Amino acid sequence: MPSSYALGVRLAPWLTITLLSLPVASGLAGVIAPAFGFLPALGGDSLTLTHWQALLDRPGLGRMVQLSYVTGLVSAGASLAIVMLFLGAFMHTRVFTAVRRLLSPLLAVPHAAAAIGLAFLLAPSGLLSRALSPGLTDWQHPPDILFPGDPFGLAMIAGLVLKEVPFLLLMSLAALPQCRASERLRMARALGYGPLSAFLKVVVPGLYPLLRLPVYAVIAFASSTVEVALILGPTTPPPLAVAVLRWLNDPDLSMRFMASAGALLQLGVTLAALATWWLIEVLVRRLTRRWLSNGRRHNGDAVLGGIAFGAVSLSLLLILGSLVGLMLWSLAAYWPFPEALPQPLTLRNWTRAAASMGDPLTQAAVIGIVATLLSLALVVGALEAETLHQRPTRPWAQLILYLPLLVPSVAFLFGLVLMQIQAGVPPGITAVIFGHAIFVLPYVFLSLGESYRRLDPRWAHLARSLGASPARVFWRVRLPMLSVPLMTAAAVGFAVSIGQYLPTLLLGAGRVSTITTEAVSLASGGDRRLTAVYALLQLAMPALGFALALGLPRLLFRRRSGLLTSV
Amino acid sequence: MPRSLVSRLLVPLFALLSVSSLQAQSLETQGLDDWASIETRAKGQTVYWNAWGGDANTNDYIDWVSQQMQSRFDIDVVHVKLGDTAEAVSRVLAEKAAGNDEDGAIDLIWINGENFAAMKKNGLLYGPWAEQLPNFALTAPDDNPEMRSDFTLPVEGLEAPWGKAQITFYYDSDRVESPPKTTRELLEWARNNPGRFTYPLVPDFLGSTFLKQALLGLIDDPAPLYAPVHEANFESVTAPLWDYLDALHPNLWRSGQSFPNSGSALRQLMGDGELSLAFTFNPLEPAAAVADYQLPPSTRSYVLDDGTLGNVHFVAIPFNASHKAGALMLANFLLSPEAQAHKQDIEVWGDATVLALDTLSEKQRQAFAALPDNPATLPIEALQRTLAEPHPSWMERLEQEWLTRYGTR
Repeated sequence: MPSSYALGVRLAPWLTITLLSLPVASGLAGVIAPAFGFLPALGGDSLTLTHWQALLDRPGLGRMVQLSYVTGLVSAGASLAIVMLFLGAFMHTRVFTAVRRLLSPLLAVPHAAAAIGLAFLLAPSGLLSRALSPGLTDWQHPPDILFPGDPFGLAMIAGLVLKEVPFLLLMSLAALPQCRASERLRMARALGYGPLSAFLKVVVPGLYPLLRLPVYAVIAFASSTVEVALILGPTTPPPLAVAVLRWLNDPDLSMRFMASAGALLQLGVTLAALATWWLIEVLVRRLTRRWLSNGRRHNGDAVLGGIAFGAVSLSLLLILGSLVGLMLWSLAAYWPFPEALPQPLTLRNWTRAAASMGDPLTQAAVIGIVATLLSLALVVGALEAETLHQRPTRPWAQLILYLPLLVPSVAFLFGLVLMQIQAGVPPGITAVIFGHAIFVLPYVFLSLGESYRRLDPRWAHLARSLGASPARVFWRVRLPMLSVPLMTAAAVGFAVSIGQYLPTLLLGAGRVSTITTEAVSLASGGDRRLTAVYALLQLAMPALGFALALGLPRLLFRRRSGLLTSV
Repeated sequence: MPRSLVSRLLVPLFALLSVSSLQAQSLETQGLDDWASIETRAKGQTVYWNAWGGDANTNDYIDWVSQQMQSRFDIDVVHVKLGDTAEAVSRVLAEKAAGNDEDGAIDLIWINGENFAAMKKNGLLYGPWAEQLPNFALTAPDDNPEMRSDFTLPVEGLEAPWGKAQITFYYDSDRVESPPKTTRELLEWARNNPGRFTYPLVPDFLGSTFLKQALLGLIDDPAPLYAPVHEANFESVTAPLWDYLDALHPNLWRSGQSFPNSGSALRQLMGDGELSLAFTFNPLEPAAAVADYQLPPSTRSYVLDDGTLGNVHFVAIPFNASHKAGALMLANFLLSPEAQAHKQDIEVWGDATVLALDTLSEKQRQAFAALPDNPATLPIEALQRTLAEPHPSWMERLEQEWLTRYGTR
């Protein structure tokens, strides 16, 4: 055990960096070179800026960029505000426990499934409108209202916020104990601060640094999302990422050049959104310095708390409504407007899907579990090395870690496929597992990193002083103490793996079919009944993962409840 | 100069990736006359057939085909389900860029139009082979020139016909009494029924097709459309189309400020009751969708009085396919009377056959005559009013112009 421990700790950081940097570097080269005109297979063998010119001449480019940029910032800002206000107003209350139980599994809902559900809930012919028609509205036919798909992207932002609130909430729950939130809060409350004021003034300054990277990931995702934008976003013009995907899939192969330039521009937009956010952080820190220490005990606690409660309840209702809509569709035959319920209910869609869903389900499970375990082992190894050498991961290594989340995946994967073929790696399940690990690993790192680093080093010192070797400290002290964050990270990783569409399709040459590849190709055919069946299955798998992540530690450590750090 | 820096970094890398991408593609052509030897070689092969997987009916049909291939010829057919055919084109392109000339991952692609044009132009296809298929003669290609031409582009044996498409309008007869029968009537109809008609977002295939269809319905002399587009005549030829769309858009669904993403999204809007008139490329799709509970039973289909655009969809083999013999066997089976009749059944898929019925035996013809139908089915005679697809260059130019005019609101 000790020798494998030592070897693991030495190798893990390098393996991690190789796993991420090699594909990302070649993927980036696969974007940069064509963007400047170099792609010999298509006859591009000289460097030129004409493709950038073509990109800039695209009608509506400014609007596309603006949509992506604004969506990224607004959805991240709104999600963060909701989570912070809610935590502040309701931590240590019964409402909080209830909401937490409900929200965490909702994290498992894949973005596409949530968007499909939301679109069906709110569309003019959707569930809400059916429930009110024709009784209250007098609508015999759906009204002609532009939502979702509104030109400001409000529906798209709503869909993103809905998904990011559970994510940030889960990340906060993992981080709260690390910044001693309870102690801080108790102190502030004892000094007479209102619950929300106490949270905002005393806990947030310690909590936010732990949430920074997850928030950045949210901005990066929201500013480059394709699935959500396709379902809820505007179409004339669409956000930049959708346009890039269209150009990349254009039958006219010479569009690849401009698409690559567009992918680089997308990278730039994402980075610009991140830089803006960073500036806002600096500004907020400056502006609130006086406010933090002005001694006021109450700052509209009741009003802000009410808003937070309203926002969280609304998101809960929307997600639940979307799920109900999906379930109804999966049981529907012909279901015309304005009937509020499908009649008759039928299992036809399920039996039809059952014939062909065994393979995709097992494949998805195997890929997800192996990719998650691989990522978990590498991340723990890298973090252990960091702890052991008491040296934080260097900034360049951090950057490599997050590159897969920052580079728009469509463009970066084309380069990756080139490398795969070049290296003679046969398309198949192994390639797909490694491809998933590229995207799973950053999220696992994201969810585990801070908990690992913030674990009180005195536990290790104590164990060492009792004569335990570093390996023994790792196996007997650190891992058990971190079991809850470890399980959470694994569940997040598994959910990320289940949601992957493009890596599965491209690296498996389409031969590896998972529940998600089936769902996406069916969704392109527009049969909402079957799409609903597959979307429900697609969210059932990660939901199972989260249930295990929350339940297993409770079962394993029922005699050591102190390990189940609760908020 | 940043340019020289970039080139110094990247050229070596890409030179590495692109070696030997210009090899010839004439492998295996010699064996095509000897069908028996192809059959022997194909035995035991696994054929990876990349086909759009968005339609459960189509997928079930392909499943049936793969069972038949297994039991009849001992060939394993795997349906690789695509969200978009361009994904397969990308893959072949990437393989070519990486110098993979023999072990391609794709053996057969369901394809036509722009994707075929792109693959043909870039030398990504194997062939010619299609006219040597034993069943090819059943399409009576000399009487049906569309079997040899894909969007005016000569096929030259690089792909085999599989099914037929023609723009077909459909409407909800509970809500619409007399649907518009010409392009101009459509505008009048939309004015009287605002918000109840739309077309898919250009450059979606069906959306772009609507532009060509409308243009053909508006101009007196279609001749220029069948030659490559010229900047000199583009404006004068297409002026009636833009006037028409300027008038039509305010009366479209969502006032023309948003468009559905695809033909399937359009069908879904019909199913939701948001639209009461729509169109598709598959003449039997409305009937099949009624049978599949996706459209109201009151759905009816028709073709415009002055005819609508029609084309054929094909299957092609990439230049580097690993299992060419198996792919040839599969393409031939797809053209067999039995497979074609099963495909045209609206309870199976409802995709119109490419076979010329008078080349078939009496018994084979019976199989087609006995297929079920419902009131949404388009009478087969209606399909005679077919307009040929304009030259592909028009599509691209029309798309550009549309995006400039209406792509940003």
